[in-house]
Amino acid sequence: MSIEEEKRTMIVENSEVVLSVRDLTAEVDGTPILKGVNLEVKAGEIHAIMGPNGSGKSTLSKVLAGHPAYEVTGGEVIYRSTNLLEMEPEERARAGVFLAFQYPMEIPGVSNLDFLRVAYNSRRKQQGLEELDSFDFDELVQEKLDVVKMNPAFLSRSLNEGFSGGEKKRNEILQMALLEPKLAILDETDSGLDIDALKIVANGVNQVANSENATILITHYQRLLNYIVPDFVHVMSGGRIITSGGKELALELESQGYDGVVEQAAIEVGV
Amino acid sequence: MSATVNTLVNQPYKYGFITDIEADTIPRGLSEDVVRLISAKKNEPEFMLEFRLKAYRQWLKMTEPTWPNVQYPKIDYQNIIYYSAPKQQKAKLNSLDEVDPTLLETFEKLGISLSEQKRLSNVAVDAIFDSVSVATTFKEKLAKDGVIFCSISEALQEHPELVQKYLGSVVPVADNYFAALNAAVFSDGSFVYIPKNTKCPMELSTYFRINSGDTGQFERTLIVAEAGSSVSYLEGCTAPMYDTNQLHAAVVELVALDNAEIKYSTVQNWYAGDENGKGGIYNFVTKRGLCQGVNSKISWTQVETGSAITWKYPSCVLIGDNSVGEFYSVALTNHKQQADTGTKMVHVGKNTRSTIISKGISAGGSSNSYRGLVKVNPKAVGARNYSQCDSMLIGDNAHANTFPYIQVQNNTAQVEHEASTSKIGVDQLFYFSQRGISAEDAISMMISGFCKDVFNQLPMEFAVEADRLLSLKLEGSVG
Ligand SMILES: Nc1ncnc2c1ncn2[C@@H]1O[C@H](COP(=O)(O)OP(=O)(O)O)[C@@H](O)[C@H]1O
Ligand SMILES: [Mg+2]
Repeated sequence: MSIEEEKRTMIVENSEVVLSVRDLTAEVDGTPILKGVNLEVKAGEIHAIMGPNGSGKSTLSKVLAGHPAYEVTGGEVIYRSTNLLEMEPEERARAGVFLAFQYPMEIPGVSNLDFLRVAYNSRRKQQGLEELDSFDFDELVQEKLDVVKMNPAFLSRSLNEGFSGGEKKRNEILQMALLEPKLAILDETDSGLDIDALKIVANGVNQVANSENATILITHYQRLLNYIVPDFVHVMSGGRIITSGGKELALELESQGYDGVVEQAAIEVGV
Repeated sequence: MSATVNTLVNQPYKYGFITDIEADTIPRGLSEDVVRLISAKKNEPEFMLEFRLKAYRQWLKMTEPTWPNVQYPKIDYQNIIYYSAPKQQKAKLNSLDEVDPTLLETFEKLGISLSEQKRLSNVAVDAIFDSVSVATTFKEKLAKDGVIFCSISEALQEHPELVQKYLGSVVPVADNYFAALNAAVFSDGSFVYIPKNTKCPMELSTYFRINSGDTGQFERTLIVAEAGSSVSYLEGCTAPMYDTNQLHAAVVELVALDNAEIKYSTVQNWYAGDENGKGGIYNFVTKRGLCQGVNSKISWTQVETGSAITWKYPSCVLIGDNSVGEFYSVALTNHKQQADTGTKMVHVGKNTRSTIISKGISAGGSSNSYRGLVKVNPKAVGARNYSQCDSMLIGDNAHANTFPYIQVQNNTAQVEHEASTSKIGVDQLFYFSQRGISAEDAISMMISGFCKDVFNQLPMEFAVEADRLLSLKLEGSVG
């Protein structure tokens, strides 16, 4: 077992509840998508959320991050004892909620480095710390580049512009490593990665995860979970988490397919 | 789109005040008598009256252009006042102290200080209020180097031979409908003459202020750079908020002789009308530079943010061998604004080069078109052009178009055109906000990045101003 994994497996009984989602319902453009999501995540934990396409995984991540197109119609979300739903998206981010996007935007004209620095300083300001000047920041970034084995040349390029799918995902993890979130939500960060890139990304996530923070991995495939071992696995279907278990549930999904597990869970909960 | 970003206040236009001042105004309408009256009021030499009358007679035979991608109700040319000047106590002012304090205050409020103590240290200013120039600073200092910088009315009195030689030599009287109108009725403008081998010791600048509600503003600017000379000139403009439209039809002519260089920058912030498109300036302007001498260079930089309608194509005619033309433009439209702007680069001489960098930003329900012509004549051996036209859409209701025309008649020429379209929408802003960056900061980062290549061309203090101006104009535009 690696040191990182060991660090994490020492889940403390009464560790802080980072996120508590209760009966959350949400819609987009008048279409209900989330139909009562329940989820509790404590510090030191890694949760995997799996489920078929269209089951609402990305929607859940965007609702948690506060995307303006999604309207919460019921339920509550408590983040570290405060009502997350009342916070503006940028306040959530500054308070330590991080979302690695399934499809990161390309932003021409804004350099990756500038974006990283402004984002980093907005988080520091929130923490009452002094902003880092370009010089100190450059040093810090060089360090973080190692986490995802990224070429420094990417810093001077426009944010995600012309990046390959894999490079965009790595760039998301670089941002995560820099911002040191309390709650990281990774939406299909593994999709579209070859095996080497997958290992690099997984390794990056493992380096950032510790007993003080929590990670939610949204993924379609079991493959990622060979490299990042989750404490809990949830299956989402039709806008709900229909079943939860340990890491072995992921293997079950792999062998039975979503349909099998979804059917069985439906029988169990009587839907 | 969500309301969150929309709640960022839309800044009111802060130059929209009206100055209450007694004016010498002629009756509405246009006729040969009006043309004669304007010329007489200005006590012009005979050739000038001839120039005007010729233009007026041509104009009568012309029709308003309909090809630009803009829409507006028919202009009633008989309902416009063609001459309005603030009343001065004296016919000829000996110093700035004699300028009506109300006028000085007006310019002060606009951030243009004309008084001796507070003026910008390295910028000479010609201040134009409605139809006439009210003051020009640093005239004596410039005269030491032989540089002439004064109103065109004054130039017609003091240096008629220079005006006669060059006026209309770049933009002929009947060049187009609005240029002909301007030639007939222009009331003032700036005149610049840089003598041989002289580098103009300071930035020159003209500030145009429309005050009266029914007056058309027709200025005429003429800049002549003799062989081996150079000058950097900046034009700024604002107008009060009226709910009717005012017509602004200016003509700018530049002449660069051998090895001379003219850099002409504009920060245009005329009143744009309200968010429903009521009021605002119709900005129908003809700007053209003639690179007459070898190795001469003319560079246009424009930041167009105001006006209800902009119709404007600053152009370069590259006659001298190895001459260079440049056009750097940021055109921003918001709400119901319409802009049809771009450039013409006409390559005549050998090895002439031109560069076009155009950045169009459209927000709200506005429409923004780039229209450009690159023309290489048969004798322009080795001519080269590079054009880049980028559009940025903000929100879901704005429109952007590009109309690049390329006519090459010499097969040694190289012409390159690139174009792109990008967008600032909810998802782009959400990406920033998810990283803790506010919508204002996000927009300003994206816009500065988008406009960087153009702003880099502006004189330093104006680049900062332009950056700020764009952010202001865009507040509340995404939501
Ligand atoms: N703007 C929208 N209007 C209507 N339905 C939408 C919209 N956006 C997403 N959906 C639907 O919401 C459901 C959940 O999508 P998503 O959260 O992206 O699923 P997942 O990430 O699990 O694949 C899908 O059925 C999708 O079609
Ligand atoms: Mg998804």
